[in-house]
Amino acid sequence: MASAKPRVKVPKSAAAGEVITIKTLISHKMESGQRKDKDGNVIPRSIINKFTCEFNGQPVFTCDLEPAISANPFFEFSAKVTESGTFKFTWNDDDGSVYETSADIKVE
Amino acid sequence: MTATVTRRSVLTLGAAAFVTGIVGLPARPAWSAEIADTIKEFTGGAEPQTGRVSIDAPEIAENGNTVPIGISIESPMTSDDYVADVIILAAGNPNPGVATFHFSPMSGEATAQTRMRLAKTQDIVAIAKMSDGSFYMDKRTVKVTIGGCGG
Amino acid sequence: MKKWTYAAAAIAIGGVVAAGAAAVSAEDKPMLTIDGETFTTHVKVPDDHPLAPEVISGWEYRTRETQALELDDFQNPAFLAVEQGEELWSAVDGSEGKSCESCHGDAAESMKGVRANMPRWNEAANKPWTLEEHINSCRKDRMGAEPWKWESSEMLGMTAYVGLQSRGMPMTVQTDGPMASWIEKGKELYYTRVGQLDMACANCHVDNYGKYIRADLLSQGNINGFPTYRLKWQGVGSLHRRFKGCMDQVRAKPYKRGSDEFVALEAYLASRGAGLSVETPAVRN
Repeated sequence: MASAKPRVKVPKSAAAGEVITIKTLISHKMESGQRKDKDGNVIPRSIINKFTCEFNGQPVFTCDLEPAISANPFFEFSAKVTESGTFKFTWNDDDGSVYETSADIKVE
Repeated sequence: MTATVTRRSVLTLGAAAFVTGIVGLPARPAWSAEIADTIKEFTGGAEPQTGRVSIDAPEIAENGNTVPIGISIESPMTSDDYVADVIILAAGNPNPGVATFHFSPMSGEATAQTRMRLAKTQDIVAIAKMSDGSFYMDKRTVKVTIGGCGG
Repeated sequence: MKKWTYAAAAIAIGGVVAAGAAAVSAEDKPMLTIDGETFTTHVKVPDDHPLAPEVISGWEYRTRETQALELDDFQNPAFLAVEQGEELWSAVDGSEGKSCESCHGDAAESMKGVRANMPRWNEAANKPWTLEEHINSCRKDRMGAEPWKWESSEMLGMTAYVGLQSRGMPMTVQTDGPMASWIEKGKELYYTRVGQLDMACANCHVDNYGKYIRADLLSQGNINGFPTYRLKWQGVGSLHRRFKGCMDQVRAKPYKRGSDEFVALEAYLASRGAGLSVETPAVRN
């Protein structure tokens, strides 16, 4: 799944102190480890196990994911912005891959 | 603040009274040992209080593969009074863990949504750990229909 | 075995219970509006139409939570496929050193309306072509590239991306000329009972739409949302995959994706659902 593709939705600008809504989605099968293949063998677990959102290096929202999170994990959460800066988003895969993206916001 | 009687509180009281009446004991959630242990581990043995946490999920999920769930917790979310962690458990799944949210004062509001898998009709539990070390919880039943068709 | 078959059939048929009106009541029916554009999800049709009085999009049979996924392009997981298709559109592939873009330019212009009248008659092939066949013809004959497999992520990404350019436009497949006999053939297949359960498409999707078959609400089986993100699949899939699923369900031997039978069925369903807005890529259960 090294080709997992993240999407994020962050407003381009906000007022100082405003609480904004952020949405994220990433393509991933989230193989639960509960399923079996046609020959009856368990398909090994392979999931994104951690999602992190930071703003200018400070943690905003983090989630530890279990196999019960649906395929193509989606998150919606809030952030209070007091200054212009960059949101950094990170997804950690069971296989060691790390997917990253970022988005800038301007505080007026 | 005026005292309000919500539909939920009436139903909860009613249900509690009903169970108490039959069994003669206070109503207690019938968790499996695994759930009880997971909760104990998260709270360090403390008994979570009810209130402040609310779970938003459909009463009936159209498909157990993708069930939207939202958690929101009443909190000022300031640097000295905020929600730290929220654990979400699905009591009827093969593994009860769903997710753990970690908020910070920079979250602004202690609210988040995701989508989860539910193997069958079951209770969803959310327990929040506040920055002062107290715990609050909410519980909600989600019915999952097993399709008759739809190859 | 025979006993089992009858039992299963009894469950399947007996499981259809009246529920109808509650599922699609006019008053609390939310509108399908995406980015300010409102879609046509039900079309009044004359009495001799098999779905009279109304052709209804599968969107109206879904719960609020599932509908919400289609209402917001960000939340709609099919847009992960659309983004892949968009990248492939301008990716050079094959011996000719071309991409889709090399000939077709901006997809928003050149592909507008293409999905709305699929499948389309191809004179050289002497048969209707689905969108998949158009794409693979370009790959083989113009780009010198390997054709994509019907259900590959590349093909689904491209059909989702090309289909999106027609979103909101009414389904208007050609019904006259050489298409007429294909549509007639598709109709015949639609009403032919098959499989161990001895059921035709029409038994569920014409006779019993709006009712539950066990816990599933039966739709009219319209095709205006394909390729679609299905919760059951946890991914995007083609129309012919959906056909195969129904055939498996009635314990019939499914036709192959891209077979004349499935192309004929697609042509018939496109004509039967004329007027519904293209919803590609939709979200369904």
